Amino acid sequence: MKLTKLLAGAAVALGLAAGGALAQDTTKVGFVYVGPVGDGGWTYEHDQARLAVEKEFGDKVETVYVENVAEGPDAERVITQMALQGADLIFTTSFGYMDPTINVAKKFPNVKFEHATGYKRAENVSTYSARFYEGRAVQGTIAGRMTESNIVGYIGSYPIPEVIRGINSAYIHAKKVNPDVQFKIVWAFTWFDPAKEADAAKVLIEQGADVILQHTDSTAPQAAAQAAGNVITFGQASDMAEYAPKPRVSSIIDNWAPYYIARTKAVMDGTWSSVDTWDGIGPGMVGIGEISDAVPAEVKAEALALKDAMASGEYHPFTGPLKKQDGSDFLAEGETADDGTLAGMNFYVEGIEGSIPE
Amino acid sequence: MDLSAINPVLLIASLMVAATPLLLAAIGELVVEKSGVLNLGVEGMMIVGAIAGFAAAVETGSPLLGFVAAAIAGALLSLLFVIMTQVALANQVASGLALTLFGLGLSALMGQKYVGVKPPQMGRIDIPVLSDLPVFGRVLFGHDVVLYFGIALTAAVWAVLKYSRVGLILRAVGENHDAAHALGYKVVKIRTLAILFGGACAGLGGAYISLIRVPQWTEGMTAGIGWIALALVVFASWKPWRALLGAYLFGGVTVVQLNLQAAGVAIPVEYLAMSPYLITILVLVILSADKSSAPASLGRSFHASR
Amino acid sequence: MIRLEKRPQPSRAWSMATPLVAVLATMVMGGLLFATLGKNPVEAIRTIFWEPLFGEFAFYYRPQLLVKGAPLVLIAIGLSLGFRAGIWNIGAEGQYIIGALTGAGVGLAFYPMESWIIFPLMVLAGAFGGWAWAMIPAVLKTRFGTNEILVSLMLVYVAEQLLASMSLGLMKNPEGFGFPGSRNLQQYDSAHNAELIAGTGMHWGVVAALIAVIFSYVLLNRHMLGYHIRLTGEAPRAAKFAGVKPARLILFCLGASGALAGLAGMFEVSGPSGQVSIDFNVGYGFTAIIVAFLGRLHPVGILLAGALMALTYIGGDIAQGNLGLPSAAIQVFQGMLLFFLLALDLLTNYRIAIGKPEVA
Repeated sequence: MKLTKLLAGAAVALGLAAGGALAQDTTKVGFVYVGPVGDGGWTYEHDQARLAVEKEFGDKVETVYVENVAEGPDAERVITQMALQGADLIFTTSFGYMDPTINVAKKFPNVKFEHATGYKRAENVSTYSARFYEGRAVQGTIAGRMTESNIVGYIGSYPIPEVIRGINSAYIHAKKVNPDVQFKIVWAFTWFDPAKEADAAKVLIEQGADVILQHTDSTAPQAAAQAAGNVITFGQASDMAEYAPKPRVSSIIDNWAPYYIARTKAVMDGTWSSVDTWDGIGPGMVGIGEISDAVPAEVKAEALALKDAMASGEYHPFTGPLKKQDGSDFLAEGETADDGTLAGMNFYVEGIEGSIPE
Repeated sequence: MDLSAINPVLLIASLMVAATPLLLAAIGELVVEKSGVLNLGVEGMMIVGAIAGFAAAVETGSPLLGFVAAAIAGALLSLLFVIMTQVALANQVASGLALTLFGLGLSALMGQKYVGVKPPQMGRIDIPVLSDLPVFGRVLFGHDVVLYFGIALTAAVWAVLKYSRVGLILRAVGENHDAAHALGYKVVKIRTLAILFGGACAGLGGAYISLIRVPQWTEGMTAGIGWIALALVVFASWKPWRALLGAYLFGGVTVVQLNLQAAGVAIPVEYLAMSPYLITILVLVILSADKSSAPASLGRSFHASR
Repeated sequence: MIRLEKRPQPSRAWSMATPLVAVLATMVMGGLLFATLGKNPVEAIRTIFWEPLFGEFAFYYRPQLLVKGAPLVLIAIGLSLGFRAGIWNIGAEGQYIIGALTGAGVGLAFYPMESWIIFPLMVLAGAFGGWAWAMIPAVLKTRFGTNEILVSLMLVYVAEQLLASMSLGLMKNPEGFGFPGSRNLQQYDSAHNAELIAGTGMHWGVVAALIAVIFSYVLLNRHMLGYHIRLTGEAPRAAKFAGVKPARLILFCLGASGALAGLAGMFEVSGPSGQVSIDFNVGYGFTAIIVAFLGRLHPVGILLAGALMALTYIGGDIAQGNLGLPSAAIQVFQGMLLFFLLALDLLTNYRIAIGKPEVA
């Protein structure tokens, strides 16, 4: 408890306390990254958004970041460090930073915190995440229409709700346009191992898949698909346009920039408050990369119509009637899944073969 | 479950690709260890080779030049290890680990410009008639040139170690450096050359990942393959052909486990993911009946005044 | 003609002076590196070495040095015993993970019961887990002559998969909305390895590290077993004549290092880290190998080396945040520091002579 006082005292002494940004010319924004900014995927996109914040506000903002921060005590130390050094707003960009963010936030009541993909909030801690499953619905539609072997390969990282949600969403929409479609799912059990991702893609292609969906961030599966010839893929995290028009026919892009700019603005204006944001295609947090000419025009139109329907909110990717894999009821006719169910999704929908590893 | 979906021919072809970076790095390290030096910096040299090769290939547009650059970069980094262990007589285990740390950092600095860049493609050798042969055509004749180079290198290292005078001297230095010194061999010079060779091979292995197997550049992309290569050398009991076998076995188990997953075999995935390592241990226990042991001077510093 | 002459005896003066010279040399070379990256070199060096210890916020960073350094020292002490005897446990990372899993597992099994007995049981379980994991390479070596470097290294990867499996399955927080990771032990009083005195960073893991340093010192200098360890490393043949049983030594050294690594994992998971998660391990087991050698396998040296490594980690993160240095530059800087420390150690055992060698 003594430390808390000390820290809070230090914060006050630095003039960070009252009103925060109002008293200052520049707003200091900190970013904590789990990977290197050169990972070309998750962290890379967060850093692009940081640069967008700098571009938007110019001299009025100062951004700092620390990369390769391990989850756990290192994260807590780095977040504290940023708060001590006078950050007004800190984005912590990995699920594993949840408890460290909450811990530090308690000690610095006047600093605002934004935690990505978590579920714990506080007076000065917001959470934000993206509805990537909306993008998966678009991919599923294209995949279902384009596959000739009726086998779609899916490379998963770890069996966590985020990934399972994406598989379900893609499957539901592929099945809708192509009742014969079958999903082959391979778990890499790693966040990052390009060589293994390449192997996984090759294996799926060898077993007959002619569409590869990936929930890992490297371009290795794209290259494998290109080498194999008649296989299509989708960019993940970043656009991966260098593989367009084929194999990459579209992509899901993490676009954090609008949110980061809005939240920084809120701190500057003194209007920041703790919120739980889960944005999708509509507000632009989930970007759908350009659908290339390798996709027939009518399929492209269908996919874009779906995208627009989700963006306007008139369609929800998880709309009943849907059953779970074991045949039990999931959603009744016309019912849509609530966010709580989606956030903790740990089951496949009916029709997907295989079991989720535990 | 649908095991018929697994095509054994394609499986073998892709395990050969998966095994090649391992093989290249392991063969290099094997020569280094034969000379009595233990360089644990393989991972560091591989990743520097990966970025150097990638950068050179992108700048020149030629993957082959990329491989040359990777070999040079790997050798240059290993020169640091030479200075540490052969000149300054520092502990080899610690120097090797430091080399890996240094290499990982250095590669990330070198690669800042190259994230998200697509490298020029390396063509497969397509020998018109041979690669169209059923079964063997695809397995034996449908690969890129570096893969064949890896196998040729294995053969060459085996022949040199076994039959040539150079191999004899190398082994003598590794078994007993004092005796070799007494016989008039330049221990430090021979070891230096062996380390440089090992560095070049590791660099090639790294470039194989960044230019052919993946191909892209991202930080830390070797993801532990250098460590597996080190393990392979021990696994192979310092015999080149066994290193080849080990690389195929290891690459094979990984590819097979992914194949089983895709075919829907109901074995818990995490245990499948562990299997390459467990099987390596198992094979090791079986092979340990073979008493051929490590080079006697492995890991020990040499100074002429002793 | 510059050449090296072996000193009849290691120089005490140089063994004290070389670390300082090495740090100075690293500052110069690192400064050059930072300058080429367009940063102020003096500012960068000052941030890394000065800021955590005496800077404005040192009151926060100093305790963090203990938090960061303790697991490194604890693991390195165990490793140093084996390394001295030529027994190479490269798999401390795996033993660290297993220790964390068994330790946390015991704690989680008791949840939500509160009792003073839970934490001691967790400590025992953590040590046992690490010990048992290290016994695999030890027994395979004594039984079949299997190489322990390889087996212990392979077991790291196996342990990582187990960790992922536990975070996603058995140990998953039932109140975690399906997200991976266990309950946070920091919020479970009986299992929480809390700071003994708030604000000091001093937790049971730090205490254990200090005890390990003392025990290892006594063992190596005052005990027959320690003598056998040193003898086996320095003169294996003499050890054989002295009646050292290699198998016993292997079991002891691997077992001790495994148990200490397991303890480190258990203290980490129940304290600073708090929960079992997929990415719980951050490479302490590998860094500790470097720490062991930097400390020249000497208990006191390891203590200092662990503190130095912790300093560069913490200072490095500060430099990243304040000066915008990429983490890769910090890694290269750490690599340089290790190179200089290891290379200059030469001066302890050799002298640089100029001129022609004397005729022996």
